[in-house]
Amino acid sequence: MNTIKKIRFFWKPLVFFICLIPTILILTDALEITGHLSANPIEDIQDRLGNWGLRFIVLVLTISPLKIITGKNWIILFRRMIGLFAFYYVFMHFLTWAILEQNLNVSAVIEDIIERKFITLGLISLMLLFIMAVTSPNSIRRKMGVKWHQIHKSIYVVSVLGIWHYWWQVKLDAREPLIYAIIISILLLYRLLKFKKPTSSVR
Amino acid sequence: MRKRNYCKINSSEITSYNNYINRRKFIKSATLAGSAMMVASVNGANIPETPQGKLSDISSSIYSTDEKTNSIVDVTTYNNFYEFGTNKDDPYKNSKNFKTRPWSIEVSGHAEKTGVFNLEDFIKPHLLEERIYRMRCVEAWSMVIPWVGIPLAKIVKQFKPLSKAKYVRFETIHDKENMIGQRYRILKWPYREGLTIAEATNPLSILAVGIYGYALPNQNGAPLRLIVPWKYGFKGIKSIVKMSFVERQPRTSWEMAAPDEYGFYANVNPKVPHPRWSQARERRIGSGLFAEKIPTSMFNGYGEHVAHLYKGLNLRRHF
Repeated sequence: MNTIKKIRFFWKPLVFFICLIPTILILTDALEITGHLSANPIEDIQDRLGNWGLRFIVLVLTISPLKIITGKNWIILFRRMIGLFAFYYVFMHFLTWAILEQNLNVSAVIEDIIERKFITLGLISLMLLFIMAVTSPNSIRRKMGVKWHQIHKSIYVVSVLGIWHYWWQVKLDAREPLIYAIIISILLLYRLLKFKKPTSSVR
Repeated sequence: MRKRNYCKINSSEITSYNNYINRRKFIKSATLAGSAMMVASVNGANIPETPQGKLSDISSSIYSTDEKTNSIVDVTTYNNFYEFGTNKDDPYKNSKNFKTRPWSIEVSGHAEKTGVFNLEDFIKPHLLEERIYRMRCVEAWSMVIPWVGIPLAKIVKQFKPLSKAKYVRFETIHDKENMIGQRYRILKWPYREGLTIAEATNPLSILAVGIYGYALPNQNGAPLRLIVPWKYGFKGIKSIVKMSFVERQPRTSWEMAAPDEYGFYANVNPKVPHPRWSQARERRIGSGLFAEKIPTSMFNGYGEHVAHLYKGLNLRRHF
C-alpha cells in the first residue's frame, strides 16, 4: 500500500476513533462503567464537551505549522477531520446547554444569548464553525476556490472567541483559559511570522 | 452503591463510615426520633476526635425544611472550597490530610469576653441542633443539607459583645502547607467573611460542626463553619479560626476579589442577576439529567425570618 492508501484506510479510521474517545467516555461515565459524572452531571458534560471543542480548535491550528516544521505533507490530510471534530464538540456543547441546561426553554435561551456576552461569543463561534463544516467537502472547496480559503481563515477568529468565551464564564480562577490563550497566541503568532513571506505556501 | 473514595479516614473508622453512607436514612430518622429526649441533655456539645465521628445529643429544629436532602455523595464531592483547589472535586481530593485537631478559635474585638479558645471549650456550653437547610450557591445551583450545629446567636451572646460591636468578622485558617489552594492568589488569603450583629444573632444563623449526624468532613469546612441559609453559599466561611466583634463593616474575600460581582450582603435574590449570569433559577443538585431548573426564591425562601433585617435597604445596590 502506498502512503495515501494507508492513511485513508488505516490511519484515518484510527484517528477518527481516537477523536471519538472523549464522547465515549462521557457516555460510559454517565452509565458508571468507566467512572462517574459529577454531582452536577449537566455542568460536567457541558464543560467536558466545551473543553474538547477548544482542544480540537487548538489541534486544528497546529496542523499546518506541524506540516511546515516536519516537512511531512501528509499531515494536512487530517486537517479536515480534526476541524470537523472541533465543530462536532462545540455543537454538542451547545446542544447540552440548550437541551439539558435550558430544557429548550426558548425565552431563557434567547435571554441568555442576548444578555450574557460570553454566550453571544460562543454562539458566534459556533456559527463560524458551522459555515466551515458545511463547506468542508472537497467538491465544494474546489468550486469555491480562493473564497474557500478566506472563509476558513475564520478559524483564527473562532480560536480567539472560544478562549474569550471560556475566560468570561470562569468565576475567578483563569489559569486554564490562560493556558489556552498562550498556546493559541503562539500558533497565531507563528502564522503571522511564517506565512507572511510571499514565497511560502499558505495552506 | 457507587465505588468511590469520598474522604480519607482512619482505618478504624472505615466500617462505620461506609455504613453511615449506606444507613444515612436510618440514621436520620433515628436522630430525629431520639431527639425529643435528648433536648434535656446537660453534657453540652461534643465533637468526636476522629474525622467524621458520630455526633450525639442532637435535637431537631423548627427551622428545618422537610424537602428531600441531597445524598452524602453530592454534599461531600461537589464543593467550593478554594483553599483546596477551584474544581468542584478538588476539596474532597485534596483535603484528606488536613488536620483539624488541635483546633483553636481566637475571639477578639469589642466584647467582654475575648481570648483563644479550644474548639472543645468553644462549643461545650451549647447544645447541638440539626438544621436541614437549603443551600443556594451563587453559581445558580442548590442542595438541601442536614447540618448539625449551634445557633450563632448563642455563641455571640456567650462573649457578651459591647454596644460598639456592629459586625462579626470571621477568618479561615491560613495554612499553605496543608491547603494547597492557598498557594495561588486566587482570593486574598486567609478567606474572610462577615455579618451584621443582627444577622449573626438571627435564629437561622448557625456555626455547623457536622452533617448527617457526623462531624464535618474536611471538604465541608471542618471543624467549624458558618451557615447562613438565606445568603449565597460563599458567605458560609469554612474552617474558622478567628471571630472578631468590630465596629465597621468588614471587607470580605469575594468582595475584595470582584466588588462588582459579589457584595457584603450576598442575600439570595432572583431579581438581581450576577453580572455574567441570571440568578432567577437554580439547578437542584441530584435532580437528574433531565430535570428542569427550579425558580429561586427571595432570601432562598427564608424571607419570613430575615426580610425585616433589610427594611429600607436598596437590595439592588447592596447585593
